[in-house]
Amino acid sequence: MTGLVTSFGSGAMTNSIADIVRGARGFFVIGSNTTEQHPVIGMGIREAVKQRGAGLIVADPRRIPLTRLATIHLQHRAGSDIALLNALMNVLITEELYDKAFVGERTEGFAELQAAVATYTPEATADITGVPPALVRQAARLMADLRPLALLYAMGITQHTTGHQNVLACANLQMLLGNLGVPGGGVNPLRGQNNVQGACDMGGLPNYYTGYQLVASQEARRKFEAAWGVTLGSTPGLTVVEMLKEAEEGRIRAMYILGENPMVSDPDVNHVRRGLERLDFLVVQDVFLTETAKLADVVLPGVALAEKSGTLTNTERRVQLVSPAVSPPGQARQDWEIICDLAKRLQKEVPQGLFAGWNYRSPAEIMEEIAALTPSYGGVRHERLGAEGLQWPCPDLDHPGTPILHVGRFPRGLGRFVPVDWLPPAEQPDEEYPLVLTTGRVLYHYHTGSLTRRVPGLMELYPEGRVEVHPDDALKLGIADGGVVRVSSRRGSVTARAEVTQRTQPGLVFMTFHFAESAANVLTIAALDPVAKIPEYKACSVRIEPVA
Amino acid sequence: MKTLRLTIDGVTVTAREGMSVLEAALEAGIYIPHLCHHPDLKPVGVCRLCLVEIAGRGMTISCKTPVEEGMVVKTESPDIELARRVAVELLIVNHHADCLSCAKDGACKLQEIARYVGIEEERLQRLRRTTRSLPVDSSNPFFLRDPNRCVLCGICVRTCEEIVGASAIDYAFRGYATVISTLGNRPIVQSRCESCGECVARCPVGALVPRQERNPAREVRSVCAYCGVGCGLYLGVRGNQVVRVRGAAESPVNRGRLCVKGRYGHGYIGHPERLTTPLIKRDGRFVEASWDEALDLVAARLAGYRGDQFAALTSARCTNEENYLLQKFTRAVMGTHNIDHCARL
Repeated sequence: MTGLVTSFGSGAMTNSIADIVRGARGFFVIGSNTTEQHPVIGMGIREAVKQRGAGLIVADPRRIPLTRLATIHLQHRAGSDIALLNALMNVLITEELYDKAFVGERTEGFAELQAAVATYTPEATADITGVPPALVRQAARLMADLRPLALLYAMGITQHTTGHQNVLACANLQMLLGNLGVPGGGVNPLRGQNNVQGACDMGGLPNYYTGYQLVASQEARRKFEAAWGVTLGSTPGLTVVEMLKEAEEGRIRAMYILGENPMVSDPDVNHVRRGLERLDFLVVQDVFLTETAKLADVVLPGVALAEKSGTLTNTERRVQLVSPAVSPPGQARQDWEIICDLAKRLQKEVPQGLFAGWNYRSPAEIMEEIAALTPSYGGVRHERLGAEGLQWPCPDLDHPGTPILHVGRFPRGLGRFVPVDWLPPAEQPDEEYPLVLTTGRVLYHYHTGSLTRRVPGLMELYPEGRVEVHPDDALKLGIADGGVVRVSSRRGSVTARAEVTQRTQPGLVFMTFHFAESAANVLTIAALDPVAKIPEYKACSVRIEPVA
Repeated sequence: MKTLRLTIDGVTVTAREGMSVLEAALEAGIYIPHLCHHPDLKPVGVCRLCLVEIAGRGMTISCKTPVEEGMVVKTESPDIELARRVAVELLIVNHHADCLSCAKDGACKLQEIARYVGIEEERLQRLRRTTRSLPVDSSNPFFLRDPNRCVLCGICVRTCEEIVGASAIDYAFRGYATVISTLGNRPIVQSRCESCGECVARCPVGALVPRQERNPAREVRSVCAYCGVGCGLYLGVRGNQVVRVRGAAESPVNRGRLCVKGRYGHGYIGHPERLTTPLIKRDGRFVEASWDEALDLVAARLAGYRGDQFAALTSARCTNEENYLLQKFTRAVMGTHNIDHCARL
């Protein structure tokens, strides 16, 4: 997200699912296993390819299901994205295949980009990416032919120490091709959780208030100080990985965790445990006694989505309304009521401010407060959402919402090319840990598994975490398909059953993180992207050995 | 789009260019029996039931005939009646007749057609009833595939090819032995099937039926609780239980489609392991507590950690309103910007 803010002045999926699926002449999917992580968008891509002949270029270290349909599969090494993207741009520029009109009218910084990618020829980068130069050239030419081309990415791009730069490189490529502000194009990050976009929009981030109003901005600070009747700091807070590090060192002493399970989802789980155990006081509000809730001092039972009313914002910025279908079990309470009750207990005197209080009658009234303080949600009201919802920015009550961003103009004026250089992942394979581990999800499970592992049918279809190993490595290491292996990194080790498969490439093993008992995140590294602070889940070094 | 006028059974009907005669008739409220047609799929014309007569052209199938200006269509004639009756009779004699034990009883397209055509038992007697009994594929935990109830309309095959794009099934074998099959005729879980249930949602007969699903008493429009796509769906509720989920066709996000988790992954909602009461840890063990007890304790303890020694994780699984409140709580009440969530994870 920080990457797209730098390039365009706004960080979110630029286009809509419908216009991509119906209008793109081509797709470039990089770092997204779309058919397994975002299955219905995956269906849309397959439909476009099979039914109306759209082109598909996939860049992924693994042979993900989409590669079966791809015109070209660029099977680059984990962590070599920038080298690959720069090589594609090198070809587009040297062969003059880029959109000169778009670059001239809508962008700045082209000369710097041209200079920066000049050395990234397909030949020079082949040692880094492992992709044959001819294939890179072919892919670049195809991209130039297939316009509008929609670029889709997910955590395969962002979960690296260079995640921020990876995103910049994606934005550079699409500006070079002139694929912004048009139906069927765009830079489209696919968001993982049902309301991850909304949690970001709502200021669930240490450096932003709602709608990406900067904590560091004096104007924003004064606005929220007046609204809430309090004094606010101007220094951004800590990100999740930093919080846990600070907790381990005793500087963070109390935490409140709402509906998250860092004991399974966060990198280097052993370090997460040490952090949470060191806290003086931990509150967890959730629907199940998750691995994280077990460590809490107080656990508060919230409700499931089917039991609440409110709004969610999907990956294409669409704000959608949900209504309760069933009533919650036992004494479980609406999450918004719990937070309000607690706030009232802690805030004995209500400060002076239009929105200082905590007496809401309904989630609809909370949305009115959000709209008043958030320009991009200014026109969002529950009663306006209907069957289709509204896509932000929606600044006022008459605004119909914005299906495509950056039509005619970027929020920052001109789109900015920010050249980026390839850097290797934080951890490199060596003699002791010779393989690269990359992580992800599978179709049948979801995130930390606290929901899907309670659905018997899904467990029947995918009962346990497996480690994907390439046959070449399996042969060398004496690993049999279905055999139990121990996977170790510098941070810990887990055992799981091996699946010997050509989905992965030699030197690369893949694990899911759904299963706490074979938790991939015991192994992963908490090395962070210095700008976006995203951990490097997609590459760390491991050793693998059969367990007798 | 250009509109055209045609006459069906003497009624003037307006249609849009590119529509088939069948679609124009159905939209005008004129029923023509059909089995292999589905509005989401391209026409194939394999069931041969949607016969009509077009003036100057004779008998043809209506699903593959585009409308033309001034076209004159008849949906009934002795020739149509005879050809259609024989086609339906052949389907019926090859079909297991245990309708009451079929999950599709009452919602079955074959029943609807049989009622329309009017089956005469004496005429059926002249045909040899099928004796074949093929094994039911019960390998998928969410749905059954019963080839004995299949009418070979191919809607499942085309759904998997055209809509899902997984292409897990196709026609196999020849003539009387024809079945819908996975590659190598193996159980469906050993195929490329992604268990999305799109074929199950479209099967016109009892060949593909959900295993656990029951008809709901009411439906509530909602959004899927899993990934960031945000598919629109209807939660089917009976009593206080979600018993069925179906995609919302009017949603611009998913146009009615769902994946395996969205359609079948709702079992956690009323799960017995759900937390039902606040818990306070005393001497390393959780003890049930009242809300007042729990919230008083949390407030008393948190009051001692205002400022930067406090941190909160908000949730990508909660609503916008809840996320707004927790960041407001963290910033305005606890006095720190230490708030984040798993956006990066």
